[in-house]
Amino acid sequence: MSSTTLSDRPERIEPPWRDTLRRLGRHGGVRVGGCLMLLFVLAAVFAPHLYTIDPSAMDPTQPNLPMGAHATFVDLGGASFERWFPFGTDGMGRDVYSRVVYGTRISLIVGVSVCLASVLAGGLVGLLAGYFEALDGPLMRVMDGLMAIPAILLAIALVALWQVSLATLVVAIALPDLPKVARVVRASVLSVKTVAFVEAARMMSTPRWKILLRHILPAALPPLAIQGTFIFGAAILVEAVLSFLGVGFSSDIATWGNIMADGRNNFNIAPHLVLLPGAFLALTIVAVNMLGDGLRDVLDPKSSAGGRQP
Amino acid sequence: MNPYLLRRLLSTIPVVLTVAVVIFVILRLAPGDPALAIAGEGASPAELARLRAQLGLDQSIVRQFFIWLGAMARLDFGSSLYYHIPVVELIGRRIGPTVFLAVLTLLISVPVAVFLGAAAAARQGTLVDRAVNALAVLSFSVPVFVVGYLLIWLLALKLGLLPVQGLGPADAPFLSRLRYFVLPAVGLAFGQVALLTRVTRAAVIDALHEDYIKTALAKGASFRRVLWLHAVRNAAVPIVTIIGLSFALLIGGVVVSETVFALPGLGKLTVDSVLARDFPVVQGLVMFFSLLYVAINLLVDLLYLALDPRIRY
Repeated sequence: MSSTTLSDRPERIEPPWRDTLRRLGRHGGVRVGGCLMLLFVLAAVFAPHLYTIDPSAMDPTQPNLPMGAHATFVDLGGASFERWFPFGTDGMGRDVYSRVVYGTRISLIVGVSVCLASVLAGGLVGLLAGYFEALDGPLMRVMDGLMAIPAILLAIALVALWQVSLATLVVAIALPDLPKVARVVRASVLSVKTVAFVEAARMMSTPRWKILLRHILPAALPPLAIQGTFIFGAAILVEAVLSFLGVGFSSDIATWGNIMADGRNNFNIAPHLVLLPGAFLALTIVAVNMLGDGLRDVLDPKSSAGGRQP
Repeated sequence: MNPYLLRRLLSTIPVVLTVAVVIFVILRLAPGDPALAIAGEGASPAELARLRAQLGLDQSIVRQFFIWLGAMARLDFGSSLYYHIPVVELIGRRIGPTVFLAVLTLLISVPVAVFLGAAAAARQGTLVDRAVNALAVLSFSVPVFVVGYLLIWLLALKLGLLPVQGLGPADAPFLSRLRYFVLPAVGLAFGQVALLTRVTRAAVIDALHEDYIKTALAKGASFRRVLWLHAVRNAAVPIVTIIGLSFALLIGGVVVSETVFALPGLGKLTVDSVLARDFPVVQGLVMFFSLLYVAINLLVDLLYLALDPRIRY
């Protein structure tokens, strides 16, 4: 029997990831979401070259300029220049357009850092809980407890008590996400743990860490990628909420959340100060969620929100 | 007592303990001296030492934890540094608008979501289905404060239909105060509708594949009747589960929404207390909401018994 299977084997087997990539490339949501995300990444990277000025530069004599105003901007250093203000200026006379473009950087940096932190830490917890039965109960109970604390409240309390910094923000936002990642990874570890090839590796006395990394972790990668994408989007949202509520970065560092917070007081006369950064924020999260939904459709069709195919 | 019930009740103990440990660690490992925060910058060293002893800060960290845990168990969250009343009393005074907002949000979002989800499920793959899906992704992605300000801008400022912010005069009749909750609740409902619609759709699609649906159709029941009477009712368990799990999300939304609409509920209290560095209140609120989350999900699990007669533990 083994001889027939050997001879039936085709000359070259295409690695499965290549087919996955092709299907991702054909998925409408992945395309649209991916393109939008690419635009935001480009905006973040090339922020200084996109007709922006220093986002913190202010001309207190030119506050609340309307959208599309032309004015002579004199910053506090005395440098003066003629400028068109696409989004106008805020209450302190800062260029809102530049602030929004630079705000992209903070959002993406926080999103990526939180995503990496929660995937790494949550992944480790899930791997340990899934593989070592003795650890499963205690670790997952801790995760249940973490899950019970409403994410935004935990983040607000953490950031408020500790000094605001990128590290605190990332920990505060990533901590409530740990249980989600851990659960997903644990589930896929459990599903492959007793499969023949893992048993075989164990019988050949492969070291434990090697079994975990080489044989078990790969099974967890697709759900991790999906979860990671959604966490990336949620992190951007929570960061914006924190800055909006006034507990995140102060407005020396422009973020979409604090631009909106600064614009709140003038909302009746200049709603664009709130609505424009809000639109950027919403568009980013739409893009990330489309990407995440697409990844789920392709990588994990069973659990996709599409339900069963007719 | 029902053994399942007992086991389910016992399983909340480690969860509550973890919540307590996490909150304690966050509070006590934070830089800065709580005694200094309470006494203020101008306090004398003797005064600080007395306050530290009073707060138990001179004890070992493990001892401090158990003292703190004992206080939590008695629902003694300390007193507000700003309002000078017990935190529990403060929560009691401010809980009204929050409960009202949360309930109103659910009253709006559950029927809408169940209708949209079931309609999409019945027409799986059609234009209606795609439109509902797209709408769900969109409204799930637009943050609650952006929706809030859009609503204020459109309905309150441009059209003047509803009040912008606040709660109006305290002696106003109930119905006129109800108007102040419409915008915040609608704003919050967007995210909830999105989430619940997707779950309803998936659950109804699953239910539509069951044998009893075929039986009902074979007996000549109309598709409409089968969909709304059989499929939707059988999708109730996952829908209720998500309502319970999404409670944490709703609380997050309430915090933001109350701030945007200046509603004097617990969400606004949280933000105000954080900004005023009123730590006992922050700690009490985080603890309170976490316990509420645990309690609601316990309730949801018990609701299964009522919703699905097949579930007997």
